[in-house]
Amino acid sequence: MRIALFVTCLADTLFPGVGRATVELLERLGHVVEFPEAQTCCGQMHVNTGYVRDALPLVRHFVEVFEPYEVIVAPSGSCVGAVRHQHAMVASTGGDEELARRAEAVAGRTYELSQLLVDVLGVQDVGAFYPHRVTYHPTCHSLRLLRVGERPLRLLRNVAGIDLVELPDADVCCGFGGTFALKNADVSTAMLADKMRNVVGTGAEVCAAGDSSCLMHIGGGLSRLRAGVRTVHLAEILASTREAR
Amino acid sequence: MSTNGDPGAAPAGSMTFLGMPTAPRGVGHLRGSEPFPVAARRGLADTQQRRNLAKATASIRAKRAAVVGEVPDWEELREAARAIKAATMAHLDRYLEQLEAQVTARGGVVHWARDAGEANAIVVGLVRAAGASEAVKVKSLATDEIGLNEALAAAGIQAHETDLAELIVQLGQDWPSHILVPAIHRNRAEIREIFLREMGDVDPGLTDVPAALAEAARRHLRRRFLSAKVGISGANFAVADSGALCVVESEGNGRMCLTLPETLITVMGIEKVIPAWRDLEVFLQLLPRSSTGERMNPYTSIWTGVTPADGPRNFHLVLLDNGRTAALADETGRSALHCIRCSACMNVCPVYERAGGHAYGSIYPGPIGAILSPQLTGIEDNPSLPYASSLCGACYDVCPVKIDIPSVLVHLRARHVEAARHVGLLPGPEAITMAAAAWVMASPARFATAQRAGRIGRALGRGGPIRSLPPPLSAWTRSRDLPLPAATSFRDWWRRDHQPGKAPGQHHGEPR
Repeated sequence: MRIALFVTCLADTLFPGVGRATVELLERLGHVVEFPEAQTCCGQMHVNTGYVRDALPLVRHFVEVFEPYEVIVAPSGSCVGAVRHQHAMVASTGGDEELARRAEAVAGRTYELSQLLVDVLGVQDVGAFYPHRVTYHPTCHSLRLLRVGERPLRLLRNVAGIDLVELPDADVCCGFGGTFALKNADVSTAMLADKMRNVVGTGAEVCAAGDSSCLMHIGGGLSRLRAGVRTVHLAEILASTREAR
Repeated sequence: MSTNGDPGAAPAGSMTFLGMPTAPRGVGHLRGSEPFPVAARRGLADTQQRRNLAKATASIRAKRAAVVGEVPDWEELREAARAIKAATMAHLDRYLEQLEAQVTARGGVVHWARDAGEANAIVVGLVRAAGASEAVKVKSLATDEIGLNEALAAAGIQAHETDLAELIVQLGQDWPSHILVPAIHRNRAEIREIFLREMGDVDPGLTDVPAALAEAARRHLRRRFLSAKVGISGANFAVADSGALCVVESEGNGRMCLTLPETLITVMGIEKVIPAWRDLEVFLQLLPRSSTGERMNPYTSIWTGVTPADGPRNFHLVLLDNGRTAALADETGRSALHCIRCSACMNVCPVYERAGGHAYGSIYPGPIGAILSPQLTGIEDNPSLPYASSLCGACYDVCPVKIDIPSVLVHLRARHVEAARHVGLLPGPEAITMAAAAWVMASPARFATAQRAGRIGRALGRGGPIRSLPPPLSAWTRSRDLPLPAATSFRDWWRRDHQPGKAPGQHHGEPR
């Protein structure tokens, strides 16, 4: 299958390994990955901070860039959540109903990685090998905007060598919330403290998730504490193979 | 980017959305004296409250989940409730007039109050006319919202709260921090101290055993019930087609207030009306399960006007606007008026659980408060509340009437930004940052250039992560490291190194 990768601006700039892992995983499974180089950002930060009007050109750009593709994937529940639940609203708010209609159509073909693998490609075992103790944080937007449910866990359970341990209070937000982490830094940090306590309590060496943004938050806290736990994106675990080691 | 959640405070105005009047300043409890992030700091530092809240909300979450899980048509019930509320709001004027006609026909008197000041004046006048200098009260958020107790006190009338938790709050000269469990921030040792200090007639040997505390309150309240000539209540529901009023509660103290006094005064927000008796069936299934985690609440009191030789001789219904019409004028925001005050949203909210209810500065805390209070007061008076959420969405999942709280929060943030823009207060630093980011992101060439420029930032980390940044990003680095921009962005890697179909066999997810 020909799949367009929306790498997300955050992974592109700060976590390129997440994008590379997504490409390798999909190519290993026999698919053709395309990277439309004109892509930039979904505009979620603008919308969630109240700058809906400023997000309109970003939505228009996203639709124009990805409209030619039949299947679009992003290694982020949050960015796909924005595409599916905000783009048409931004277009309508800006008075462009035609763009809203087009945005709806593109959103219907845009998938978060675990959704693409399980629902579209019909894979649950991607043949990965990852010999580490891992706990998984289901990010809020994957869970509650996209309803990915057990899909990421099903994929992880089929990874060879993995020691997957359950995260207590897994469905509670890590406190990132975009600009919330800055505007309400103290509350955000208190939420992060509880998340880190639960992560460290599992004894895992790796905290995994499907969103680089939440991982940047959790990882930033763990790094500050020298907690001895690192954060790894779901795509990176699924891309790992015995041969590459 | 500004970190205070406020791109610029708009000047005061009593008229806001579509020119509808908002709740007036200087009366009632819808506005805090500090922005949420500042007030939250105090809540975060209160370790007793943190522990109480974590324990209480975890227990009530588990109870709710258990009783909701046993209802096979829960989602259909939620959808029915949403639809009933939406249809009611679309014709609110009609249902309110129908309610007035029905209540009047059954011997009640209906009063219309534009705002908190008018409502308080009406109630003070009614209590005086009844020749009373005190009144017993059923737990009521609407009367807390308008500051009725203070207004009565100023007129020389003493109001006695009879809900156990409201009594604790009133005796402690405190303020509710939760709409269902107003004293959730207190533990039983603190409650014992408050009773010993404030009750006067209490046994000095009082222990902090819950049954002993409840018994002390019972004895204290019983005397009030038997002597009060006036009872004051709120309402959970008012049925337009029959004029019936409904109050649900757990203790039975509410029923005492509703039945014993000669005069009953009910203060009710105009959004509490429902069209028909059969609609109650939906809400009475949803409310107790969402609220206390019970299948049915212990006491459901329903009354219609006055009944000779049974209950109050005089019944007055005060219909309160206080900014609700302004909220109604906002097609997206109006869903906040669907709220049935169950408190499920605050019980699941990670922000509420840590900051506590007082941080919201309003009688309505938590996620619902963050969307309701700014609409009642006008956003310029509560500009930090729509930002008091990480948009995790847990509130929407549990809301029994399906209020999409995260979407309304985002909508109100946009209204706040647009309002600031409109009065010339933008661009501030945040708006400039956002506009610049949008300009960069609208063009792949500019984005790639910005990425390359950002790599200069790698010098900040000296090989490791960034541990310190200047304001406003210091808000991040005070408690969290930040990774360095990658030496090679994904798009550069794609252009230079990607060879289709040839997995280069890199190591993924290994320590960097």
